[in-house]
Amino acid sequence: MSDAILTPIEKKPIGFTAGVLAAAGGFAGLFLGTAQGSGLMGIVIGAALMAALAVVAMQMLGEAMEKPVRWGLIALGVAAGFMYNAIPGLIMGGLFGWFFGWFIYWIGMGRYRVHLVPYLTPGQVLWHYTFRVICGAIFVFLITPILVIIPLSFNAQNFFTFTPEMLRFDPAGYSLQHYRDFLTNPEWTSAVKNSLLIAPVATLISVSLGTLAAIGLSQSHVPGKRAIMAILISPMIVPLIISATGMYFFYSKIGLVGTYWGIVLAHAVLGIPFVIITVTATLVGFDRSLTRAAANMGADPVTTFFKVQMPLILPGVISGGLFAFITSFDEVVVVLFLGSAELQTLPWQMFTGLREQISPTILAAATILVAISIGLLTSVELLRRRSERLRGMSPG
Amino acid sequence: MTDAATEPDKITGPTPDIALRAGDKTKSGPVLAADGTPLKRSLNRALRAQKLRALALIAPLLLFVLITFIAPIGDMLFRSVENQIVSNTMPRTTAALQDWDSNSGDLPPEEVFEAAFYDLFLASENKVHTRLGSRLNYEQSGMSSMFRRAGRGVGDIGDVYLDQFKDLDRDWDEALPWAELMGDPDWIAAQDAWSEADGPMPSFELRAGIAEVLPRTADAYETFARFMQDSNGDSPLEEEPWSMVHTALYQDLAAGDVAGYDGPRADMLRAADALVADPAFETISFRDGFEEIDEDWLSVENWRVIKLYSPDYTVGYFASAVDMEKTPDGIEVRPEDEQLYIRLFQRTLFMSLVITFSCILLGYPIAYLLSNLPSSKANLLMILVLLPFWTSLLVRTSAWKVMLQQQGVINDVLVWLGMVADDGRLVMINNQFGTIVAMTHILLPFMILPMYSVMSTIPQSYVRAAKSLGATNWTTFWRVYFPQSVPGIGAGSILVFILSIGYYITPEIVGGTSGIFISNRIAFHISSSLNWGLAAALGTILLVVVLVLYWAYDRIVGIDNVKLGG
Repeated sequence: MSDAILTPIEKKPIGFTAGVLAAAGGFAGLFLGTAQGSGLMGIVIGAALMAALAVVAMQMLGEAMEKPVRWGLIALGVAAGFMYNAIPGLIMGGLFGWFFGWFIYWIGMGRYRVHLVPYLTPGQVLWHYTFRVICGAIFVFLITPILVIIPLSFNAQNFFTFTPEMLRFDPAGYSLQHYRDFLTNPEWTSAVKNSLLIAPVATLISVSLGTLAAIGLSQSHVPGKRAIMAILISPMIVPLIISATGMYFFYSKIGLVGTYWGIVLAHAVLGIPFVIITVTATLVGFDRSLTRAAANMGADPVTTFFKVQMPLILPGVISGGLFAFITSFDEVVVVLFLGSAELQTLPWQMFTGLREQISPTILAAATILVAISIGLLTSVELLRRRSERLRGMSPG
Repeated sequence: MTDAATEPDKITGPTPDIALRAGDKTKSGPVLAADGTPLKRSLNRALRAQKLRALALIAPLLLFVLITFIAPIGDMLFRSVENQIVSNTMPRTTAALQDWDSNSGDLPPEEVFEAAFYDLFLASENKVHTRLGSRLNYEQSGMSSMFRRAGRGVGDIGDVYLDQFKDLDRDWDEALPWAELMGDPDWIAAQDAWSEADGPMPSFELRAGIAEVLPRTADAYETFARFMQDSNGDSPLEEEPWSMVHTALYQDLAAGDVAGYDGPRADMLRAADALVADPAFETISFRDGFEEIDEDWLSVENWRVIKLYSPDYTVGYFASAVDMEKTPDGIEVRPEDEQLYIRLFQRTLFMSLVITFSCILLGYPIAYLLSNLPSSKANLLMILVLLPFWTSLLVRTSAWKVMLQQQGVINDVLVWLGMVADDGRLVMINNQFGTIVAMTHILLPFMILPMYSVMSTIPQSYVRAAKSLGATNWTTFWRVYFPQSVPGIGAGSILVFILSIGYYITPEIVGGTSGIFISNRIAFHISSSLNWGLAAALGTILLVVVLVLYWAYDRIVGIDNVKLGG
């Protein structure tokens, strides 16, 4: 918030430090205690232990001994954890030791105020950190489900859940068998192949038509612009199930159901709103005098487009294309309706797998997809920054 | 330097000067462009060219979207009212039913049964009677089996006559005598000479005059012959007619006189006429024939349903979609225990609201934090929001399946912590809770991103000003910051609500039976129960709700302000 303001930090009274630590220890002890059968005992022992540690660290050893104390606590945690529950206990214990070592000094030395403005009342400080903890919890909610499937995909068993071997970090509990299945089972490989055959073609259609239309839409005098925009964006707004129902009825009349081109056309139209939105957003900052200058120097419209306009809006076009690609690559409802046995895509395979026979190969597929989406996210982010830099909207 | 070329008065080509001078000469005239045309017209022309160019760029995509997307939606809307199956399958019956008063309480007259006999005979040859049966079964259960039986049973009615004519003369059950009796001699010759290599068969033609003598028979035989040629690719010269034709023959012979007939096979026909005139000739009324097929054919109620659904367009599907039914006395609410869709719509709306609300609750703090952090930290944390946004929907749904199931991660942790007994694991999946949690997670980025883009435009100085004027933290937030962030909440809420109301995949996988949405029912009708009209009607209602929200979104936020990925 305000790094310029230096809030003086001072050692807190031992009563405060011990009190806070006792509360934190009690909270941790509650969980360990219930796991052992008695929550109350856990609270008492945890609170007493932490309060005692706080007194020892603050009063007897002081700030000078901070490093040894913190290492000592980690060692203590590791040892206690190992005795209690082997490897997982060791890791948990180490983490506990590290956290409480840091926490004692953070509270005891009043370091928590360093980044805050000096005039905040204790209540405001408390709220500040409570808010951070709440936000942290929401971030955990956002990210945990995605992270959880990654270790599970290395499960040696055909289970969707952590086995005791996995929790013991026993190498026998882990294997690459689901990845092997994913890469060798013809059901999965043909699904991947279909997805890779459909998505790029659909993307190509939506990007080429979408970019042209976005350029047309960004001109100043377009009759019925609002209505046209509403129609072009509608595939994103209309629920997929309705689009799929309508397409199923209509495409069956013209013989496109169960064909490759039926799915490609459907996916292309579903990707168009994303292309339109990203490319028009890029064109908002486009300096029109550049094309005029090019035309002035004798370039024909096609040359102007490819030599002047296209390079500048390319980042927007590519990220629109990535959106369109992921839309097609991730789409399942339309494929369920329009597809056939030979046209099963990866999402279809995952969907039917989830609905009928649960095989952890889905988790291997999911992990690979997460890796792909991280790659896509990174490229879109880089492209966005590059586009802003090209258009001079932000420095660097 | 007084070169002629540089002297303004001596240049012959158009220069800006010419226009100026022309303007000078006619002080009151219009302003002229360089080429001498009035400036206004010239500008208009340029503008028109610009408009046309823009439209030419948009046109291909617009056309593409109209054909691949808008037309299918239109088709669905059409299907929600379309009901041509009854009149297509039973054209004679629907025409005959026109004059029958369905409220009289009497059965339809014999003509209706006669028409139904011919219609169903043809329909069962075409194998479409069961489709009509299942269509009408949506309106009145039991009609499916009634039509199925009729498909098998109409032949029995015809056999009564076929057998008697056959006993009289074997030729009545032969292909060639019939063809000679009914067919045009030229056609018979052409058909006889026809071979596979000649392409399509010569289309059957009635012999001149036969339609006057035997109107019904001619009609029935023509239908039969055309059917053999077109559907089966068989020659009518080699196929014995259906017993429907014999039934028609009986009717003609009973009604008219063939004494004056002297065409081919006249003897055969006169003998048959004599047989029919004989009191010993066995007949069966169509009504009794249908009674033998199935008692249900004599139920006034069923005939009322057929008459009710005989028009080409119906509001019946929409009535079903809102738990009502079309009856001869108007539209009525279905009995309590058959109601389903209103409750499903209510549940969809309710759960979408809960999901929207939880997204606001979880999204607001995050958007606030991100917009108030220094941009380097905010960008880093933004990745945590964008990663779920970019991750495949199915990955996230399977992740929630892994998390929530009874042997899943959350239950495991709770059991390990001793908060839940091992035999009392929480049921968090295949119910509303599972759907709400998973969908909140999936739609949360759609709430955070618009909120964030609004919140990052709120100047910090307003908050500081409020505080320096003595407002407490809460007052500052509630009176100064929050009102300015409301547009973000509005944008995010409408987006999330629109997306959640039509969700299919996630409820299907984690929703069980109590957590499903209206979309799941639509998919069920498309793929399992095959009641496409009802699916289209449900889809139309859902579409209207979404379009109203879309319109509201456009008014409040503007569709061109939709942002993706921050």
